[in-house]
Amino acid sequence: MKSLLAQQALLSAASEQRRVLEDPGSALPFFAKKLAESGLPELRATELEVLQLNLGRMCNQTCVHCHVDAGPDRKERMSREVMEDCLRSLDAHPVRTVDLTGGAPEMHPDFRWFVERLSETGCHIIVRCNLTIILANKKYHDLPEFYRKHRVEVVSSLPFYTADRTDRQRGKGVFEHSIEALKMLNAVGYGMPDSDLELNLVYNPAGAFLPGSQDELEKQFKRSLMADHGIQFHKLFAITNLPISRFLEYLVRTEHYVGYMERLVNAFNPAAVAGVMCRNMVSVSHDGSIYDCDFNQMLDLPLSAGMPRHIRDLADANVAGRLIVTGRHCYGCTAGAGSSCGGSVA
Amino acid sequence: MSKKYYDPVDLGKFGDIAEFQKPMADKFFAWYNEVFKEGALTAREKSLIALAVAHGVQCPYCIDAYSTDALEKGCSEAQMMEAVHVAAAIRGGATLVHGTQMMNHVKALTGA
Repeated sequence: MKSLLAQQALLSAASEQRRVLEDPGSALPFFAKKLAESGLPELRATELEVLQLNLGRMCNQTCVHCHVDAGPDRKERMSREVMEDCLRSLDAHPVRTVDLTGGAPEMHPDFRWFVERLSETGCHIIVRCNLTIILANKKYHDLPEFYRKHRVEVVSSLPFYTADRTDRQRGKGVFEHSIEALKMLNAVGYGMPDSDLELNLVYNPAGAFLPGSQDELEKQFKRSLMADHGIQFHKLFAITNLPISRFLEYLVRTEHYVGYMERLVNAFNPAAVAGVMCRNMVSVSHDGSIYDCDFNQMLDLPLSAGMPRHIRDLADANVAGRLIVTGRHCYGCTAGAGSSCGGSVA
Repeated sequence: MSKKYYDPVDLGKFGDIAEFQKPMADKFFAWYNEVFKEGALTAREKSLIALAVAHGVQCPYCIDAYSTDALEKGCSEAQMMEAVHVAAAIRGGATLVHGTQMMNHVKALTGA
């Protein structure tokens, strides 16, 4: 499967996605209006604690739900100069966590150099590893050991505990390779009950429905992965699919868009708003542009007026208290128990 | 007015039954919500039971609703189909077990 960009699909453009989402003729309430109607103040950032870096859009997989539209045909990647800017911004802000994502961040040629530099700063490093990359090429086989050496928290997508549903979403053979990679991570200590080598899995629904109880799903995943494959992990993060990029294209193409958005709106949970991830993070794109979150990055919605536009300017800026830029896609993070890169928030 | 039976849009109007009889609808929905809460059975187990019953009573609204609900509760395709087989087995068994009544009647009439 090719990326939407390679297919020259209309919805590969952020502007077209915004046009669908923010259609003034839609009966769906605007997110900012919903906050006001719920008696909630406008969404503002707290102290900057997490820097999420998108190292590039290249990936060895082409998942049907990918909000990044990543894949083997995407070549964008972060320059060494932007990586240096990211490192400088760590000195200026109380950032405790650097969250590396992509595409497959490990495919970036400077990935290991960058993780080593980050490791020297003492910050907590998260790598969003798609698991199959570990087996994709011999040069990646030692990634579990590399992660262990730098005490990296590994967060990996595994949409379901069965092969058929996982492969439908992420590609044929992905489940089998993911299981193999999880065993390699377990073998160096990742995910073991008393280990501080954190291995957390990400569940996202394989279609136009919402995730159920994170705790209940975690129990099912733990039971099945242990019984069927002898695999252990720490936590399961249940994440809602946001109507962006490939998932938005799927919703529109299959005429599930309105029904899915109505489900998100009807499941709006005011208690989830305070915990949304955009409040304490800044998301950095491969070209150094900065955003409130990864989703705003994909929709090309920059920080609010008066805020810096590029990571090189972040060190000298005060981004705490800024107004968060919102849209109808934000219902994805406030539905039910809420959703973030760390799973449920309410 | 819709010219067809079972319009999927009507599922979203379930709550509108209160328009014609509110006190009873309020009691029904309060009870309904209570039934599906986690209790001696998990919410997931109840979802699979509901899916099986939805097939047993052949309610297309309920089948849509509880197929989605079972997916959201993390049920696998195999688990959901086994639930449908349970419903089918009970329906089939209910037919067949009446065969004993037919046998009793035939034997009484023929003196067998």
